Amino acid sequence: MKILVAVKRVIDYNVQIRVKEDGSGVVTDNVKMSTNPPDDNAIEEAVKIKESGKASEIIAVTVGEEKAQETVRKALAVGADRGIHVKVDGTIEPLAVSKILKKIVEKENPDLVFMGKQAIDDDCNQTGQMLAAHLNWPQATFASKIEVNDKSLKVTREVDEGLETIEVNTPAIITCDLRLNEPRYASLPNIMKAKKKPIEQINASDLEVDTNPRIEHIKIEEPPKRKAGIKVASVEELVQKLKNEAKVI
Amino acid sequence: MSVLLIAEHNNKEVKPFTFNAITAASQIDQDLHVLLIGSKADDVAKSLSEVPLVKKVLHIDHEIYENYIAENYTAAILKHADKYSHIICSANTFGKNLMPRVAALLDISQVSDIIKVISPDTFLRPIYAGNAFATVKSNDEKKCVTIRPTSFEAAETTGGSAEIEKIDAADQSENTKFINREEIKSDRPELGTARIVISGGRGLQSGENFKLITDVADKLNAAIGASRAAVDAGYITNEHQVGQTGKVVVPDLYIAVGISGAIQHLAGMKESKVIVAINKDGEAPIFSVADYGLEADLFEALPQFLEELNKLNTIQK
Amino acid sequence: MSREVMEYDVVIVGGGPSGLSTAIKLKQLNPDINVCLLEKASEIGAHILSGNVFETRALDELLPNWKDLNPPIKTKVNKEKFLFLGKTKKISWPTWLLPKVQQNHNNYIISLANLCRWLAEQAESLGVEIFPGFPASEVLYNDDGSVKGVATQDMGLDKEGNKKDGYEPGMELHAKVTVFAEGCRGHLGKELIKKFDLDKGKDPQQYGIGFKEIWELKEENHDEGLVMHTAGWPLDNSTYGGSFVYHAENKQIFLGYVIGLDYKNPHLSPFDEFQKFKTHPAIKSILEGGKRISFGARALIEGGFQSLPKMFMPGALLVGCDAGTLNMPKIKGSHTAMKSGMIAAETIIDHIKSSKELSIYEDKFKKSWVYKELYEARNVKPSFSWGLILGIIFTGIDQILFKGRLPFTLKHKHADHETLKPASEMPKIDYPKPDNIITFDKTSSVYLTGTNHAENQPVHLQLKDKDLPIKYTLGKYDEPAQRYCPVGVYEVQKENDVEKFVINSQNCIHCKTCDIKEPSQNITWVTPEGGGGPKYGNM
Ligand SMILES: Cc1cc2nc3c(=O)[nH]c(=O)nc-3n(C[C@H](O)[C@H](O)[C@H](O)COP(=O)(O)OP(=O)(O)OC[C@H]3O[C@@H](n4cnc5c(N)ncnc54)[C@H](O)[C@@H]3O)c2cc1C
Ligand SMILES: Cc1cc2nc3c(=O)[nH]c(=O)nc-3n(C[C@H](O)[C@H](O)[C@H](O)COP(=O)(O)OP(=O)(O)OC[C@H]3O[C@@H](n4cnc5c(N)ncnc54)[C@H](O)[C@@H]3O)c2cc1C
Ligand code: SF4
Repeated sequence: MKILVAVKRVIDYNVQIRVKEDGSGVVTDNVKMSTNPPDDNAIEEAVKIKESGKASEIIAVTVGEEKAQETVRKALAVGADRGIHVKVDGTIEPLAVSKILKKIVEKENPDLVFMGKQAIDDDCNQTGQMLAAHLNWPQATFASKIEVNDKSLKVTREVDEGLETIEVNTPAIITCDLRLNEPRYASLPNIMKAKKKPIEQINASDLEVDTNPRIEHIKIEEPPKRKAGIKVASVEELVQKLKNEAKVI
Repeated sequence: MSVLLIAEHNNKEVKPFTFNAITAASQIDQDLHVLLIGSKADDVAKSLSEVPLVKKVLHIDHEIYENYIAENYTAAILKHADKYSHIICSANTFGKNLMPRVAALLDISQVSDIIKVISPDTFLRPIYAGNAFATVKSNDEKKCVTIRPTSFEAAETTGGSAEIEKIDAADQSENTKFINREEIKSDRPELGTARIVISGGRGLQSGENFKLITDVADKLNAAIGASRAAVDAGYITNEHQVGQTGKVVVPDLYIAVGISGAIQHLAGMKESKVIVAINKDGEAPIFSVADYGLEADLFEALPQFLEELNKLNTIQK
Repeated sequence: MSREVMEYDVVIVGGGPSGLSTAIKLKQLNPDINVCLLEKASEIGAHILSGNVFETRALDELLPNWKDLNPPIKTKVNKEKFLFLGKTKKISWPTWLLPKVQQNHNNYIISLANLCRWLAEQAESLGVEIFPGFPASEVLYNDDGSVKGVATQDMGLDKEGNKKDGYEPGMELHAKVTVFAEGCRGHLGKELIKKFDLDKGKDPQQYGIGFKEIWELKEENHDEGLVMHTAGWPLDNSTYGGSFVYHAENKQIFLGYVIGLDYKNPHLSPFDEFQKFKTHPAIKSILEGGKRISFGARALIEGGFQSLPKMFMPGALLVGCDAGTLNMPKIKGSHTAMKSGMIAAETIIDHIKSSKELSIYEDKFKKSWVYKELYEARNVKPSFSWGLILGIIFTGIDQILFKGRLPFTLKHKHADHETLKPASEMPKIDYPKPDNIITFDKTSSVYLTGTNHAENQPVHLQLKDKDLPIKYTLGKYDEPAQRYCPVGVYEVQKENDVEKFVINSQNCIHCKTCDIKEPSQNITWVTPEGGGGPKYGNM
């Protein structure tokens, strides 16, 4: 079995993002970037499956600018076998990413595609589902537990009401929740080995995919600051206000 | 053209977030149709038809829809989507799972998780986990939009009488099988989804004193949160931590007790609808975000608070 | 359990200007030598905080064609000011009367973190293997006592030191020569100086704590290329310190404050002194309408010539601020750190090729311009132990008239942890509340550093005696850790009326002040799990 894992490079979650004054976006110069956190879970799961003998190859793929390769290197350092970097300049929408990934899937014929449930930059939560749609494959989103069987997977999904379990036939798309597993650390020797693993570079423009944005970003701004309300004099007054003014109890 | 809203339900009743999504959808276009995909869900169709903002209910009833499976829903939606300018649902795990699949097949770039309708093609949505707001305009002819339910009031549920139209089912997907759903039932609502959250900080001074918080939480059917300092001091376990490195909560009511209001804590609760702060230090930063601030000793205020709540004859659940 | 071992010709600990220059020089001299560089930050530059007015002397020697390599060195200094601040007044000091060392023509205003990122690219293109996210946590020794290499930090231990899922043991890196380039108060450097008695016969080392904020200014307040320093208010005459205000590109200023850690009053809070400083009309008027976008702090090493330890030992060398090559009156250590690294590289090449002793490092160093610089600057800092005014007068005579060549050397008398007076003998200081426009509290400041440490790992701030803070330090010094730590890691909390010493180790920004200033030397900073700590951008 062959597993493709999609990894995205995003601003590190510890970094406090700063909105540009001209409203055109957020500052990314000299900002620490990392792999999108749930994508680490996606890689980890793939590696675990390979370690259990059920998969033979893991391919990490990213779509992005030159430096996005770093996320593929990191995936290689924790167990992916080879990488693919689809080069695009600037940001592209999940719809376009999913079309690009479709081309990669057609080329590589994986049995499973693992992705993160959501990217922490654009917070779109679309790419995996869209890829599944393009391929007409089943999807299991927000996976927190995965059981690999012969031609199918049993996946437990984190849904609002609790946990849902579904069975999907392979090939399938799985998007991973942070609770799926505990990603491992890359060890020094593995990082060194990863430097020697191959990363294939593909230009998005060669894939004949329409990557033109459909959504215009008119303005990026800081969320409005919350204003202080009033001080109440007593507990009694507080309860009255909550009941009659705010109507929340 | 009209807008089409996809209802979330369990074949018996409408899931509450659908009503919030209805409000948002009606702000895009008054001619709002709701698509109900289910199995033996006539009761659901009826309740949807009673929502005044709803102009029409499209009802597909077939046993293959007994359980919600995105693949099957998608096929059903696509069968009826062409007449609509917008396809809409709530941005909870239901809609997040479903809508991109629909959008991709319609070749539409979806707008996720909007918090405000600016015009039928322009929306406000949070990015970077709410640390920035983006105003985005969709240039697709048809639009797929998901709605952050907590940013819109729930629609009135009674008084309307929309037409219910039965329509055809679509093909079933062979590749996905529903197995089961375990609803997590606990005595207390989940921190992430609770309507009311009451959090304690280091002001509580000990784990035992957290009982003061628990008592009020029981009364209000609230979830219990905490500051990192309270977690670090061992008063409570870390799954209760709210903030930058804990959970992000957006309840209707957030009550911060003995919490100073460090920016890292605010990062996890400042989008709450109503914030109450109880703190003995009148200059604590928490007061700068609180709608109602009570400058008092929590050891006196909390028991009084419970007493006052007991006096009320009704409490919203 | 035995750890994996890797062999290198040279292992360098720390990816600051000194370590990176060592690496580049080594590869230039011998492209076949294999060099590995460890950095504790999640990426090169993320733990670098500096002013920085940069003197290019060492860079000119290291990469003579640097201007062609698109370096992040853009803003030339074009104007200088020096102000003495009174409580509300200011006196401008004519720049021609400034000692030569404090003049900055030909220097550049840069972000040292960005320079390091760029140096790392140069090093990697020469074949240096750089590993960010891997702190060296332990020195390894051969049977004969010489340094064998270092071990990296174990990853995936819990609070109690038990192995978690995904535990990854550290590994041993063995080298012919190990270079310690950890910067000011390196935690392995400290161990080596003690073990090999490298500071024998030297004055106690001196330190300062430096704060830095980056502000985006209103257009009209910005003056690209202007370098301004101040002395005086809010510090009293007996506390050594001052500010820097560097107008960089993109409407940004680098605003900072340095306070000598030999201060005496335990009630003093360096963080709050810095915040207070910004309220001076001469400073506030610059900041008004602007926005603070970054914050950070880092200790500086100030002992200079008198405190410079022996920089070689069997199997290893110290370079840069890990040894203490900063030139205090210039407040510049980047160029000297780089040069010391280059000399170390030459030494190592000689050592490996013609088995020369590592002690030739010292001879080479003494012949270099760094040594001359440090020698001429040696009397400035100690003269300020007489107070600001006498210090300035002496410095004027020493630096302008005698160009640092007076025939005597003043001594540093005390280590910084020895200088605190009991709390009861010193005046309390009342700091104004932050207004959240010009001045801020510690928690909202630490927020901007992006610091974090994976939860549930061993606390990396170790107490030799767990009870000492409450039993002794609280009573005698009102536990000054509450104030000298720039980000509020240390707190004294009352819990059910019992006092408790709390260590919020997750907040730590690796400035090393606690390790230096704790009066009983009770706190030891050790390396946390890799990648933890601040995520500085263009500091
Ligand atoms: C990287 C990083 C991540 C962090 N992540 C988080 C996070 O996710 N969540 C979080 O909460 N914090 C986080 N913090 C910590 C944060 O900075 C604060 O330290 C923490 O929120 C303080 O908790 P507190 O308000 O309970 O404690 P304190 O700041 O000590 O405040 C206690 C408050 O209780 C009040 N009080 C005391 N006694 C009484 C009484 N009898 N009656 C009424 N009031 C009383 C006091 O006036 C005070 O305001 C993080 C910090 C860092 C550096
Ligand atoms: C506020 C301030 C202002 C300054 N202004 C100027 C100025 O204007 N001009 C100027 O020239 N100089 C200035 N300096 C001084 C200058 O920053 C230093 O002299 C210089 O950074 C020293 O370089 P270094 O390589 O020795 O150490 P550092 O720059 O401190 O680099 C050490 C590196 O090693 C890493 N490290 C440490 N320990 C370990 C370990 N155990 N394992 C792995 N990695 C480790 C650190 O994370 C860091 O990246 C200033 C300093 C400060 C604090
Ligand atoms: S704990 Fe020590 S090293 Fe860390 S920030 Fe505070 S003073 Fe600096």
